[in-house]
Amino acid sequence: MIQAIAFYFFATIVVAAAVMTIMAKNPVHSVLWLIMAFFNAAGLMVLVGAEFIAMLLVIVYVGAVAVLFLFVVMMLDIDFAAMRAGFSRNAPLGLVIAAILLAELLLAVGAYSAGGITLGTPDGTAAQAADTSNIAALGGLLYGKYILLFEIAGIILLVAMIGAIVLTFQPPKPGARARQDVGKQIRRRPEDATVMKNPEVGQGVEL
Amino acid sequence: MTAFFQSLGLSYEWAWTVATLTGIIVISLLVMFSVAMVIYVDRKVLGAIMMRRGPNVVGPFGLLQSFADGLKVFLQETIIPSAANKGIFLLAPIITFTVALAAWAVIPFWEGGVLADINVGLLYILAISSMGVYGVVMSGWASNSKYPFFSAMRASAQMISYEVSIGFVLVCVVLFAGTFNLSGIVNEQRGFGLGVINAYVVHPLLFPMWVVFFISSLAETARAPFDLTEAESELVAGYQTEYSSMSFALFWLGEYANILLMCSLNTLLFWGGWLPPLDIPVLYMVPGIIWFLLKTFIFFFMFSWIWATVPRYRYDQLMRLGWKVFLPMSLLFVAVTSGYLMATGHFG
Repeated sequence: MIQAIAFYFFATIVVAAAVMTIMAKNPVHSVLWLIMAFFNAAGLMVLVGAEFIAMLLVIVYVGAVAVLFLFVVMMLDIDFAAMRAGFSRNAPLGLVIAAILLAELLLAVGAYSAGGITLGTPDGTAAQAADTSNIAALGGLLYGKYILLFEIAGIILLVAMIGAIVLTFQPPKPGARARQDVGKQIRRRPEDATVMKNPEVGQGVEL
Repeated sequence: MTAFFQSLGLSYEWAWTVATLTGIIVISLLVMFSVAMVIYVDRKVLGAIMMRRGPNVVGPFGLLQSFADGLKVFLQETIIPSAANKGIFLLAPIITFTVALAAWAVIPFWEGGVLADINVGLLYILAISSMGVYGVVMSGWASNSKYPFFSAMRASAQMISYEVSIGFVLVCVVLFAGTFNLSGIVNEQRGFGLGVINAYVVHPLLFPMWVVFFISSLAETARAPFDLTEAESELVAGYQTEYSSMSFALFWLGEYANILLMCSLNTLLFWGGWLPPLDIPVLYMVPGIIWFLLKTFIFFFMFSWIWATVPRYRYDQLMRLGWKVFLPMSLLFVAVTSGYLMATGHFG
């Protein structure tokens, strides 16, 4: 009973928020609706008992990705009216993408109705106990049976990260103002920066 | 508590609903009351350090000062700037406040004294605290004013930076405890140090991590010396500049509820939570909640103490500390800790 109420509550909000993401006039409102959709999707994850995935969804997508997204959108001066003006020109491309997404959805539904995937067990022997917690079960699979795939995914992400750093790194130009030397700043004492003077009346101070 | 309501003749589902709602109300009220009290403590400590009296007029020793302030803001007019984005402007303080209260659902106050004893308690806290930045960013943007917007940008960069190292510190603790459940983490600390000390912090691998966590929690809650988001000499009052009356009070309460949450996390993760400092039977006669509150308020005192004594960081220094000192250090400690635990056969 409570589960059913919660499910329809979350599901309605996800769908409504997704619609509002597209319909909102202001891009910042769009991003905020998107965050709403993420958050309620996490609620759905909790309902199916995938609490670990739900928390990661909130931490990664709501907490990090969407913040940066919001950050960029707030800085931009996007005129949605100007973007809508190109609607008829971009419509064919949009329709193609929509068709691909629809086909993928149908494929997913078909695969789902054919029965769940057997992920197997960490060491490929006994079946996983039903009462293992989410984290333990996922950890066992990721670091057991799928260790190679997991490590490859990690290395790809590492390469992407280093690539992004290399692409955006600019070596200091010769002749540019010197960079800050933090050690030097910390070593600096009041005695190095100030001089005590006690000038006579009517006398100036020469520095 | 569910069992109690069941004994009154309710079905399990209704008993659970009523019990949970009661728990939520009780915890929210107690957190709000503690917030009112620690605001008073904060001002008294600041007063003492600055050699003045602090609040001393309303009630005995000025104890009712926070309630008088609350009543005052309640009676004031809520001003909404005409150029502000009204909906988001009003939503922002509500989000800050709600998020600050929601995190308390998984905090165990004593053995079994927790509203939701979930397996992913620590992750839940990370998730909820990462939501906290939205209140700040939305208020900064919706105010349609320069200083709040600067503050919002500073806040989002600062919170993301320090959440990264907080995450790695938590990984170290979880490696030792073997669970994400906060009650489980506290129970693992029983007799951890030399068989008598109930705290993780005594371990040479965890002590530096506690220092990182403590400083990061100052930065995460935007407390001095990292209160760049509301640096009054540069940004008036940061993202709160355009807020008045209850909308301002919600920010204020949310901020202090977050500070208390960070203090209690320090207690739970590193200093043994509701357990007495030493694993001696006599000390267990004192109820767990007393130990928990005592430790939490010691941390709160340290927060006030630091506010009164340490000058504000520059923004580039703040970023340097987060990304160039804490991040590599905590990353190194995750590797060293897991190596150490593997070598000593901690995982069996």
